[in-house]
Amino acid sequence: MADIAANDAFTEKIPKRTHPLVQFIRAQPLGFVGFLIVLLYFVLAVGAAWISPYHPEAVDFGAMLSAPSAEHLFGTDQYGRDVFSRLVYGSRTALAVGILSAIFGCTIGALVGATSGYFGGWVDNVIQRIVDIMLSFPIIVLAMVVVAVLGRNMIGGIDANLIVAIALPMVPKMARIARSSTLSIAQMPFIDAARAAGYSHARIVLRHIVPNIVAPYLIMLTAFIAQAILLEASLSFLGLGVTEPTPAWGLMLSGSSADFYQAAPWMILFPGLAITLAVFAFNLLGDSLRDWLDPKMKV
Amino acid sequence: MSKFTVSVVTSVLASLAMAGPAAAETPKKGGTLNFAVVAEPPTTDCHATGTFAMVHPVAPQYSTLLKFVGDHANQKIVGDLAESWEVAKDGMTYTFKLRKGVKFHDGSDFTSADIKATYDRIINPPQGIISFRKALHSDIGSIETPDAYTVVFKMKQVNASMELHFASPFNCVYSAAELAKDPDYPAKKVMGTGAFQLVEHVKGSHWTAKRFDQYFLKDRPYLDGFKAFFVKGNAVVPGIRGGQFDAEFRGRTPAERDQLVSAMKDQVTVQEGPWITNILLTFNTSKKPFDDVRVRQALTLAIDRWGGAENLGKVTLIKGVGGVFRPGSPFALPSAELEKIPGFWRDIEKSREEAKRLLKEAGVTNLKVKLLNRTLDQPFTPAGIYAIDQWRRIGVETEHVQVETKLWYDGLGNGNFDVGVQNVSDFVDDPNAQFNTLLSKNVSSIAYSQHTDKKVDDLYEKQTRILDPVERLKVVNELERHTLTQAYNVPLLWYQRIVVNNKKVKGWELPPSHFGGQTLVDVWLDQ
Repeated sequence: MADIAANDAFTEKIPKRTHPLVQFIRAQPLGFVGFLIVLLYFVLAVGAAWISPYHPEAVDFGAMLSAPSAEHLFGTDQYGRDVFSRLVYGSRTALAVGILSAIFGCTIGALVGATSGYFGGWVDNVIQRIVDIMLSFPIIVLAMVVVAVLGRNMIGGIDANLIVAIALPMVPKMARIARSSTLSIAQMPFIDAARAAGYSHARIVLRHIVPNIVAPYLIMLTAFIAQAILLEASLSFLGLGVTEPTPAWGLMLSGSSADFYQAAPWMILFPGLAITLAVFAFNLLGDSLRDWLDPKMKV
Repeated sequence: MSKFTVSVVTSVLASLAMAGPAAAETPKKGGTLNFAVVAEPPTTDCHATGTFAMVHPVAPQYSTLLKFVGDHANQKIVGDLAESWEVAKDGMTYTFKLRKGVKFHDGSDFTSADIKATYDRIINPPQGIISFRKALHSDIGSIETPDAYTVVFKMKQVNASMELHFASPFNCVYSAAELAKDPDYPAKKVMGTGAFQLVEHVKGSHWTAKRFDQYFLKDRPYLDGFKAFFVKGNAVVPGIRGGQFDAEFRGRTPAERDQLVSAMKDQVTVQEGPWITNILLTFNTSKKPFDDVRVRQALTLAIDRWGGAENLGKVTLIKGVGGVFRPGSPFALPSAELEKIPGFWRDIEKSREEAKRLLKEAGVTNLKVKLLNRTLDQPFTPAGIYAIDQWRRIGVETEHVQVETKLWYDGLGNGNFDVGVQNVSDFVDDPNAQFNTLLSKNVSSIAYSQHTDKKVDDLYEKQTRILDPVERLKVVNELERHTLTQAYNVPLLWYQRIVVNNKKVKGWELPPSHFGGQTLVDVWLDQ
């Protein structure tokens, strides 16, 4: 009985476990703001059909270049299309392209980096020189080359080649980070144990190393989503990304929109703000996640 | 400033600016005209290309046999190197009396041999020489030169459009002696009888020319010379505002016009008029369901041309409602006739109801269209946006495939599209040229719609051979009604040409085409 009482006393002393989300909010309030903004964009993207007051492609000559009003919250463009509705639907394009290309780029990069770090030697040497070459290209130039070479390949309303073009410049960056983490993990006893047990290299990399680099993967993923949104907007602005009349933020800034900057500044103001806010929010969230997840940052 | 106020101020200023050049003034001599050309000439050989980028810098150095003068509403043909000409009653012989005392820039005399050598080169280009308009001259049988200042063209068969092509700005007259030495000399050396002599051509940068003192019109040109700058389109407005360019002759968008008028007020003149260029929607009849006339008609019936024209004209280059011909031009169908053709009805609600009915009758539900378009912003992108919006209103879903010009040509050529957006542009309102795109696939190499329609081809051939203008117009109208009703290709809208120049540029009239009126012979600077 005495032992039981002692155990009860011990149990009472254990502090109540707080939910990780609450921990994150307390530790990273700015990060939580970023998270809320990201969440808002997701809500807009998912609920676009209910939130948008107009069809994003509907031309209305009666409302051409209308200033923001109760009828058109963010005004209209030169074809009378509702800017707010196009921004809301544009969040679908931004998030779909941003998230898919970031996941694609990060995942390939993580696998390449883990393989490079695990095998070392000439494999590592070859992979890292390829990574060096890829890193020597400015991101936008590399993406433009890929778009120009691959052309367009629409799958489910999204240009698959655009995703590849945006993902590709992310691969070497992620590969470097994954390699660095793998080099330290590969020295761990459990990896030696796995080798001694006769596991295949693929199993060791996929089952033992990759799960241990999930934290840097997630951190880089959020940062890359921001970069991918920016890159998609840049490519669309240059006429290499999404095509009219699909609503996309970069596209809303491009073409003849610039001709109306005096008569209808809202045509470029709101898409510009949408891009800035999204990139800011993902960066804020990514930085906060890094601070929260990385033990070194806590020290 | 509210949108309404900006628009009113801009309209008033534009009206003032447009009112500018009306009064007759005494031309002043001297000065250099600086103008922008928004593309680089691919060649200096007039016969080998069809682009304004060649015409604008190159045309002032050459003369043609005949030429067009007047603005878009008052075009007429006058002699250039020809002093007078006569067409035989049967249309089989054209006799030209040529100017005497005309000199080439190298000092040699111009004679009928130069006309013969020039047209021989167009009709039967030597090995390795490109003749872009060879087919349009294929009815010419022989060219005779009875004396040094007479040239006679004998036809193989009547061609009612032939006279127009003797005035083509692309038919620059070359030196026979130089062609004998090198048939490709026009691509290497710019040497004609025009009012200006080339000084320098720096590729990617500029083109300078000076007055040719021995030009055959003794009081012309007024200018000492000109300098053409090859620039990107978006450099034109800042260039005119900053005083680097006095002019850009191809044309600006309504927004650019408004920017220039708003910034420079009465320091610019605005000239506007219908352009011999349209946006054409081409249906790929080799693919189902576009082989069904009901589906094609439904898609053209869905488009509100009358409602869209004025408004699109405020923000894009496309503005006019027309059939196969430029609205208001001599061959155009009268509005009352045009409005009876599917796609041109005034009542858009009735039109769309009919469109839905036709789709249902054709058994086509959930129609998905692949619209092949170019990445050129003006006016291809707005044309695509508008067509997609209009089709959406009858439940048609469209995938907009916008690609670079090379891929666009490839796509049209190999039939990888459902509907293609293209433009038809020429220097003159000519049935032969305008219908060339609309003929059957085995007759025209640019009939991307892939259809075969003997009636179209027969009527085309028939109208070409009729010399009586009234009789020819009847056949042309019948052909137009048939092609628009069959809807293998349908015009979306016609371009409106807007040219905004510094007000000191005088003596330049707005022709209906950006290919014509660019010899700069009558242009002067009021400074």
